[in-house]
Amino acid sequence: MDLVAILGAVSILTAGLTLAGGAAAVGWAEGYAVSSGLTSLAQQPDEAGSISRTMFISLAIVETSAIYCFVVAMILLFANPFWQYAISAAAK
Amino acid sequence: MLEIYDQQIAFYLPYFNIPVNWTIASTWIVMIVLMIVSWLATRHLKTGNKVSHWQTAMEVIVKAIYGQINEVTKSNAMTYMPFIGTLFIFILTCNILTIIPEFKTPTASLSTTGALALMVLFGVPFFGIKTAGVKKYLKKYIEPSPAMLPFNILSEITSTGAMAVRLFGNVLSGVIIGSICMILVPFILPLPMQVLGLFTGMIQAYIFAMLALMYVSSVRADEDEEAAASPKKSLDIDETL
Repeated sequence: MDLVAILGAVSILTAGLTLAGGAAAVGWAEGYAVSSGLTSLAQQPDEAGSISRTMFISLAIVETSAIYCFVVAMILLFANPFWQYAISAAAK
Repeated sequence: MLEIYDQQIAFYLPYFNIPVNWTIASTWIVMIVLMIVSWLATRHLKTGNKVSHWQTAMEVIVKAIYGQINEVTKSNAMTYMPFIGTLFIFILTCNILTIIPEFKTPTASLSTTGALALMVLFGVPFFGIKTAGVKKYLKKYIEPSPAMLPFNILSEITSTGAMAVRLFGNVLSGVIIGSICMILVPFILPLPMQVLGLFTGMIQAYIFAMLALMYVSSVRADEDEEAAASPKKSLDIDETL
């Protein structure tokens, strides 16, 4: 296997693993946050506005990790910084 | 599949021959839409029982934003209203206009979201000094102890980057899911994904505005001092509208 093939395979594998790990962990964490939010919403319906606002903002902050994973995966797949180097090294 | 709007030239500026990419061009489109709508809506402002439909719609929007800001800051909502409201309405318009085919939404580019997040980064000292004074603003960085100074400065910068990447990644993921569905099942399936993208876009506009509000209003004068100093500072929106 030459350098380009190895780099392509590793990039695709790493992108898939990145998305898998990010999605799994953040999905679990967001489910936990929503479940806690709904519990407190059922206990105190009067505070619905405050609870749902705080819940949405915390969800966004939790979700940032998944978004980082997504961006890294997209960079690996579509804008890999080492791709140009591999092609020029293979051409030599 | 991954379209980078920053590298697609929309047109060349006449006489100067400067290339204008799609991010800038669609930002201008959104700005023109917003300007025309707000001009139409605020043309014949009046009080009384009979007001135009435009004015009623505008009052609903402004009052909803005011209420949200007032819930977080408890007072002084009018200080943050122009900044936060503009951010919210701009991002919301960008995200909603994605349903128009071929519209290249500016929020799917890291340069737009980075610029918006930079505005928030500079808004923190601006609003902090405006509402609490220089001394109190600088004191925020050495709390709870001066040893935390580098971490506090670092947290300002990383939270700005996180805001930019969050909005960018959410909108970009909607765009990419749409195009993947178009490749796989181009008939019906992209439709619910587009609806999901609209929903995500609205939530993201709300979240961006709320996080910006929390950052810029993190430094404030104490509630008691503020109320004692200027009891009529929190002006009632019903009187102004």
